[in-house]
Amino acid sequence: MTTNTPLPPTAHLSPKPSINSGGTQLLEVSMGPQHPSTHGVFRMDVVLDGERVIKLKPIFGYLHRNHEKIAEDETYLGSMPYTDRLDYFCSITNNWAYALAVETLAGIQVPERAEYLRVITGELTRLQNHACLIGFLTQDMGASGTPLMYAFREREKILDLFEALTGARMMCNYMRFGGCRVDLPAGWLQQAKEVVEAFPRFLDEYESLLASNEILMSRTQGVGVLSKELAVNAGITGPMLRASGVNYDLRKVDKYGIYDRFTFRVPLGDHGDVYDRYMIRLLEMRESVKILQQAMRDIPDGPIMDAKTKIRGFRPKAGEAYGRIEAPKGELGFYLISDGSPNPYRYRVRPPSLINLTVLEDMCLGQNVADVVIILGSVDIVMGEVDR
Amino acid sequence: MTPETIDQIFVISKHWLLGYMPTALQPIGSAILSVVPVLVVFPLLFAITTVLERKGLGRIQNRYGPNRVGPYGFWQPIADGIKSLTKEDVVPRTADQVVHFLAPLLLVLAAFLGYAVLPIGKNMVITNLNAGVLFFFAVGSMVELAVFMAGWSSRSKYSLLGAMRAVAQMISYEVPLVLAAIVIIMASGSLSTVAIVNMQATYTGIWPHWFLFTPWGFAGFILFMIAATAESNRAPFDLPEGESEIIAGYYIEYSGFKFALFFLGEYLGMFATSGLAITLFLGGWAAPFSFLTWIPSYIWFFLKLLTLIAVFIWVRGTFPRLRMDQLMGLAWKFMLPMTLLNIFTAGIWHFIPEGILRWLVCSLLIVAPWILLSRGLKQRKKLQVRTYRFAE
Amino acid sequence: MLGAGILKGLAETARNFLGSYVDKDRLTTVQFPEERAPRIEASRNFPFLVYDGTAKQEGLRCVSCLICEKECPPKCIFIEKSTDKKPDATGKLQFYPATFNIDISVCMSCQICVEVCPFNAIKMDVDFELSTTDRFSDLLWNKERLAKSNEYYREIHPIEAAAVDAELAEARARVAGAKAVTTSPPAQPSSGSSVEK
Repeated sequence: MTTNTPLPPTAHLSPKPSINSGGTQLLEVSMGPQHPSTHGVFRMDVVLDGERVIKLKPIFGYLHRNHEKIAEDETYLGSMPYTDRLDYFCSITNNWAYALAVETLAGIQVPERAEYLRVITGELTRLQNHACLIGFLTQDMGASGTPLMYAFREREKILDLFEALTGARMMCNYMRFGGCRVDLPAGWLQQAKEVVEAFPRFLDEYESLLASNEILMSRTQGVGVLSKELAVNAGITGPMLRASGVNYDLRKVDKYGIYDRFTFRVPLGDHGDVYDRYMIRLLEMRESVKILQQAMRDIPDGPIMDAKTKIRGFRPKAGEAYGRIEAPKGELGFYLISDGSPNPYRYRVRPPSLINLTVLEDMCLGQNVADVVIILGSVDIVMGEVDR
Repeated sequence: MTPETIDQIFVISKHWLLGYMPTALQPIGSAILSVVPVLVVFPLLFAITTVLERKGLGRIQNRYGPNRVGPYGFWQPIADGIKSLTKEDVVPRTADQVVHFLAPLLLVLAAFLGYAVLPIGKNMVITNLNAGVLFFFAVGSMVELAVFMAGWSSRSKYSLLGAMRAVAQMISYEVPLVLAAIVIIMASGSLSTVAIVNMQATYTGIWPHWFLFTPWGFAGFILFMIAATAESNRAPFDLPEGESEIIAGYYIEYSGFKFALFFLGEYLGMFATSGLAITLFLGGWAAPFSFLTWIPSYIWFFLKLLTLIAVFIWVRGTFPRLRMDQLMGLAWKFMLPMTLLNIFTAGIWHFIPEGILRWLVCSLLIVAPWILLSRGLKQRKKLQVRTYRFAE
Repeated sequence: MLGAGILKGLAETARNFLGSYVDKDRLTTVQFPEERAPRIEASRNFPFLVYDGTAKQEGLRCVSCLICEKECPPKCIFIEKSTDKKPDATGKLQFYPATFNIDISVCMSCQICVEVCPFNAIKMDVDFELSTTDRFSDLLWNKERLAKSNEYYREIHPIEAAAVDAELAEARARVAGAKAVTTSPPAQPSSGSSVEK
């Protein structure tokens, strides 16, 4: 729809003279990049017939920061704090995926206690990410911030835990190749247990606030349906894929780390609409609470770092590796090629939110402009990860 | 001073002031003395409401809300006012300058006109029109014109979308709004707001004769309040501004004091429709119990108004917003039939002699369609909480 | 029944509204300038240079080994080595930084410089009220501005500082014991992690 010829000074004022079958003009609206509910600097060129979406073109790149190229110039360790900034809601799972990739590349063993620490911090990350996501989603539906503020109230407690452990609330930079950076400070585990024990109460509150609300149900049920086939073909992962009814959770499939030791269930949706994506996340939080309770009960004593791994002068032998985890948003993978030097030869991120975003147009066609916003919200994107 | 004097203190002082005027000037003096208090009191109420709303929403959301300016943050509206006055007034280069300028003024003007027929207290009404209710709805629809002027003159696609939404929504909801009010006109046999209140200001024992305490009055009140929420663009019907979809809707291109005027206009509209709801259903300035009549009537009016505002804030803090087509569906498929049924019920009520029977019949007439609607939705598997399966 | 969810939601918000007046747990907001969140041992913001004693520049533990400059991911550290030597924290003769600049607008508080420093010379500060009106010179901090005393370090990270002090005392004893041996190995490399175990 864009042309390269210079537009006359007033051309932007009138919609393009495209006409629909009813004889009225179509309206081309640019939603974003400063739109309040595109979750960052994301832009969609939407062609509207009245309020119905005829065409939707996602436009990325406003937050591109050269993450992959920087990482190729950086030592293996030096990339670790940069991965925090990918999906800034879930820095710990980003660290984990990257650490896992490097550990696969260099064949490093992780001590047991460190694996438990990873599970605990990773699942806490999932809790706060999902809680905020459904808060943002209801915010997109216009709920004037109440559910979001409840989510932030709980997130605050988890972030306090992160700060006490890693020193930072969001940019944790917690994992290292072969383990974790610091061990639990005194009293941390007790505090974390209290937070986790109290979390289901928040979920109950959340459910009674909105899950059976008629307005929410009429807004979300049957909206933005993603079929099972399309989800599989497009490589969708994470809660979005499971909401479409595909049983695929890397914690079950790969059993990376020590996930085979925990009993938890994977909730699956049948409709693949926004309501399913919303509910799947609520249910996943309950399962995460179960994992956390098991992990905090079983955590052993011991070292948290592989003794043979050096922090400085880390040079894995030549080769390539792909490490992936079930991040809160989906499959987060890091692909690394080493040529034996201190820097990776090639560094590639498989960001779940970018790939989940590719089906946006398929879900939005024929829906209302108000639905576009909540469909986008239900995809759960963070632009830091989409644009890298 | 007797309670009667305190109740009538404003009326007495007005007449006392008028006594000092030459006879020729008395009509215009009377008008000014009636209008100026309304022009002062309701914008003041707007200022108080903004801070109460922000604090109330804050508490609902487990925050403190504004608490920095003055004691408990109560000077916040003054700070906001100074801020919006000193802000740069940005007008889009291609906007229709005249219409863009006039729209907020017209909105405030239209919002104020409705107060002309609202009885704020006993003998306290600017004009006692014979067709007061009709006048209120007539000037109320001027708001739509102002909103559309704003959306159209801004020359922005978002504001145009917002204006289209606003016009569609307000015109649609005017129908159930008026129809919900008709039951009162049927019962009271008068279009005059003063007469309607006077009818309700009588008591059986300690209980007042509010229209709320009848099945059709109760249903009418609920329907009226839903329509009034939509009419004043409040959540969950705030689609015209829908900040998560079309950012701010029709006033997206407004800044500075014009933006503040839009807010003023919206809140004034909300107060006016709430005031009408009080007048029609909640007995206007009448006390809720006969032993409380010693409290001045205007205090009762404002207490009721603040209660309704609190409900508006509460609702806003709880619900997500509807979608445009659902909103229209609600207006035409649910509100319109329900209001028509309510009118029918009010008619039946009139013809059945007093007693338990007419309560039963009329309640059933209103509750039955509601139950049937729930059943129907359940059968078509719509709006149902789902159960989920789990993989081990 | 239709509308039950709506009423349930209203009840929930009413509960939260009233609860925020009685239950302190619900209000997580810290009223910032008047009250502050309790200090957390591990928290970090921007790096600073530790000096011992009272001499702000002479007491710097940094021996300008350039490791942090090399390892810093965003490359925000700039060090110039001195030409002469002076005794370091353990009493050995070492170089010292003639220039030590950190661009705090580039620094991303990752703590890697602290982890790789073998001399316990650079640590993480917790001060976050760093706003400035001069974005050119005020954000590039030189070593005068970066230098903070060991007492300050003990105050902000008590557990960590105690471990570091013990380590340094041991190193000092070793150097004093092996007097005149100029080629003794430097103090054991330590990262932020080793002290918290």
